[in-house]
Amino acid sequence: MSCDFTPTLLHGYLDDELDAARAAEFERHLECCKECTAALGAEESLRSSLQRSGLYENAPVALRKKIRAGLDAATASSAGMRISTWRMIAVAATVLIVAGVSWFSWPRAGKDSASTAPFTVAEIIDAHVRSLQPGHLTDVTSTDQHTVKPWFNGKLAFVPPVKDFADEGFILVGGRLDVLGGQNVAALVYSRRKHIINVFVLPTKEPDTAIHLPGLRQGYQWRHWRRQGMEYCAISDVSDSDLYELAQLMYQ
Amino acid sequence: MSGYDQGKGSDVLDAQDRARFEQLVLPHLDAAFNLARWLLRRRADSEDVAQEAMLRAYRFFRGFHGGDARAWLLQIVRNTCYTWLEKNRPVELMSEFDEELHPQPSTSPEALAIAGDNRERLTRALETLPPRFREVLVLRELEGCSYKEIASITAIPIGTVMSALARARQRLHRALTQSTPQEASREL
Ligand SMILES: [Zn+2]
Ligand SMILES: [Zn+2]
Repeated sequence: MSCDFTPTLLHGYLDDELDAARAAEFERHLECCKECTAALGAEESLRSSLQRSGLYENAPVALRKKIRAGLDAATASSAGMRISTWRMIAVAATVLIVAGVSWFSWPRAGKDSASTAPFTVAEIIDAHVRSLQPGHLTDVTSTDQHTVKPWFNGKLAFVPPVKDFADEGFILVGGRLDVLGGQNVAALVYSRRKHIINVFVLPTKEPDTAIHLPGLRQGYQWRHWRRQGMEYCAISDVSDSDLYELAQLMYQ
Repeated sequence: MSGYDQGKGSDVLDAQDRARFEQLVLPHLDAAFNLARWLLRRRADSEDVAQEAMLRAYRFFRGFHGGDARAWLLQIVRNTCYTWLEKNRPVELMSEFDEELHPQPSTSPEALAIAGDNRERLTRALETLPPRFREVLVLRELEGCSYKEIASITAIPIGTVMSALARARQRLHRALTQSTPQEASREL
């Protein structure tokens, strides 16, 4: 039997770019089509090879320096401006050192100090990747917020807000304890179609922020914000628009 | 995100522009460099072109009215790369879109699993693809771009991103199969 499904649809499915109806239709088709199942397996394995082989090449430090010098040269230079530019670069340099040579949290509003993020991007990515290994995702597995939230009671010095957003397409999978920057944090796990989203939560004394601009490294996106005494960082391989949607839901 | 105007760059940027650029665009320098590196294949050239693209982005920065700064920047990087290729290595931009003439069965997952974790082999296979296939793969698999972002960066219609990726992956499967002698002979 030869498959009569449009072969490119498989790629839309793989990339999470089909609408819900077409994705469901394709999943039904997968149940009975060996060809498409095998082809999907081949594409998934190609993808994981591409993403796990360290192909991503970051900009060399020397290039960054050259570009900054070029930007300065192209910036109007009254004495006052020059000072504030240099001060800004100095601040930026401090942030880079504090955040482990990464721009974890370039503030959207000037008030928020980026250097106060208590963990680095590398730590967030490590924790996310670690959680994806078999058996590491959740300590408590439940789609019920009333099961997940009380589970944290007594295990941490704070209780993270836990909400299910299944109606909006983000299914609560469970929660676990994790460690970031030497601190115990709560990790809430959501799934978006086949993708896992980790939301790390810990208490903070810093004021609320907006949801910061997205970051991306090694194929992982993150969004960071502070709200009502809690620091949040959501990370996943879903698209930034998905991640932002979840961030907005949690922010409310 | 909207396109940027090739014609008019501004050269009266001030400290405020500089700060905004630092905050919105410079964080995507890794993405810019990575795309240039995969389009041009040589690190030294990529550094030059990424730098040129970044400064060009700065000159056009007043034309950026918010939205997806990464896609906006990558669009400029891509155009700068193609202009550079046209000038310095025009041959690489030819010989495309012939894959329909040579359809091939796709590789088995097992063969790929063996081939897959080999960084060098993947690099070589990717680099044999025409730039237009290479770029959609890099944007999708390494940069994590959505179809919408890929469409705006590469200026291909959003409706054709899926089929472009399908063809690019097919080409990559084939390149990987061909670079393993045993696999190639089994195919015959
Ligand atoms: Zn099928
Ligand atoms: Zn932040």
